[in-house]
Amino acid sequence: MKNKSTPLRRFWVEYRENKIAVVAMFFLVALILLAIFAGFVSPQNPYDLANLSLMDSRRPPGFVGTGGYTHILGTDPQGRDLLSAIFYGLRISIIIGLAAGFVSLTLGTALGITAAYVGGRVESLIMRLIDLQLSFPAILLALVIVALLGQGKVQLISALVAAQYAYFARTAYGAAKAERGKDYIEAALATPLSGRLVVWRHLLPNCTPPLIVVATVQIANAISLEATLSFLGLGLPVTEPSLGMLISNGFPYMMSGRYWISVYPGVALIVLIVAINIVGDQVRDQFNPRLRK
Amino acid sequence: MLGFIIQRFLQAVGVMAVMSVIVFCGVYAIGNPIDIVIPPEATQEIREEVIRRLGLDLPLYKQYFIFMGNLLQGDLGRSFIYNVPVLELIGGRMPATLELVLISVISATVLGVSLGIYAGYRPDSWISKAIMAISVLGFSVPSFWVGLILILFFAVKLGWLPAGGRGDTLEIWGVAWSFPTLNGLSHIVLPALNLALFKLAMMIRLARAGTREIMLTDTIKFARAAGLSEGTILRRHLLKLISIPIITVFGLELGSTLAFAVVTETIFSWPGVGKLIIDSIAVLDRPVMVAYLILVAFLFVTINFVIDLVFALIDPRVRAGAVK
Repeated sequence: MKNKSTPLRRFWVEYRENKIAVVAMFFLVALILLAIFAGFVSPQNPYDLANLSLMDSRRPPGFVGTGGYTHILGTDPQGRDLLSAIFYGLRISIIIGLAAGFVSLTLGTALGITAAYVGGRVESLIMRLIDLQLSFPAILLALVIVALLGQGKVQLISALVAAQYAYFARTAYGAAKAERGKDYIEAALATPLSGRLVVWRHLLPNCTPPLIVVATVQIANAISLEATLSFLGLGLPVTEPSLGMLISNGFPYMMSGRYWISVYPGVALIVLIVAINIVGDQVRDQFNPRLRK
Repeated sequence: MLGFIIQRFLQAVGVMAVMSVIVFCGVYAIGNPIDIVIPPEATQEIREEVIRRLGLDLPLYKQYFIFMGNLLQGDLGRSFIYNVPVLELIGGRMPATLELVLISVISATVLGVSLGIYAGYRPDSWISKAIMAISVLGFSVPSFWVGLILILFFAVKLGWLPAGGRGDTLEIWGVAWSFPTLNGLSHIVLPALNLALFKLAMMIRLARAGTREIMLTDTIKFARAAGLSEGTILRRHLLKLISIPIITVFGLELGSTLAFAVVTETIFSWPGVGKLIIDSIAVLDRPVMVAYLILVAFLFVTINFVIDLVFALIDPRVRAGAVK
């Protein structure tokens, strides 16, 4: 790392100037680490039914349960230690968000760049379809698809992808269309390079900055949408609760003042989403040449 | 101009036809409604009788044509569960959803545009920074979570406002509305606030971006040079110039808020269309789902069509460019 002008280093130097974004990055990294090492840091494995005791259910924060340790954030209706459930839930929410984000990124970029590069009928067909879909609210689309496919991880990710790929397609199309008209692409096409090579080597790399920005926002959206669907009872099965499912489980008990079951998973969810959004905003500002000093 | 209208109209009809096929086929693929509608102890004869009566024995494309034929005559079928015409069921729930959506979209627009203009006019004041912080929160925090916190805070902890239901209603021309009664109004506040937050954030951003851009233009310079007061400039000139994107978004948001009401209505047990559709998905009440989705699609196509027309009226470039 002695070479001071690697792009990553320059990026970080500029990034460091925004203190809020640095804090957000810290939280984001911390949450991701907690999710990865959930098995080591949580006091209990919340998926192992043998560990759970109904005697311990719905206990307030600070309760010492039958396991002999303190439930720092209390327990949920199934008697799970809430802190452990949140770590494992974070893992599921992040995995679902990343998976949905990457599949939508791939699918959307492929469609958008194809439309911009090929042009003509293909272009207008693809973009009409995308525009039509963008005019339809994502939540409704995801709701219908989950209802159609039933519960499960793959089904849920498919629904999120269906609701999101259009944003990537639109962004990739816009970027690729602008790049396509530039001289360097024309020059590359005039050489004996194959069209595929030009797309891979020249067109695609120049379209990545806006796509990365959309990707951060869409991963946050996917996590939020997954939580919403789980809350509505259309997400993952109850045995492996995501953050949204934990919140949903606690909802009926909120009226009687047992707030912790819903509130703490919610706080984790919001810190995660807000952190991703702030980091994403900062990255967008840094990629935007108009805001460059 | 007439050519443009006809072209756009045909497009809208085409989109509706495609949507109806997708929705119908999609919803057809869910589960098997026969097991839900017919009790397991029913005899074979009764089973076949019911399947025939519901038209479930016909091939898919025939069911679609029967469905479309009925649809064009204003008949969207009967609910499997409630055994009443779907249109009646949805129509009965519609006023509750409409009043919720209208109240939240209108208040979000009025408040959001005012706050956004302020934040754009004085971008460096701390109030503007607070306004922008609210808008970032409104964008990132999932709306169902805000709903929970609102209930926890205002209904459970403080006990100021009710947590669910519609409260007392007043009948106006045979339709029950909540907003004219004080009790009903108190029931609307929390769900409307919940539903409005995202729109509020969006309107603030739109108005702020528009204001910042337009304050730098010659129009404003000349208006100032002419000696107009700042208030007059903001009201007469700025508001007019930023209104086009705001009107567009207002129209589009009206539709998407209707869709988002699904979440809010579930949290606050608001007896509207959104709650109906969630309940219908849970019990696989296929006619209700199909009808709802087709109505929403119709709403969106209509809104887009109207927006296109309004644009064409305002901007001659759209008229010329659109007839490809």
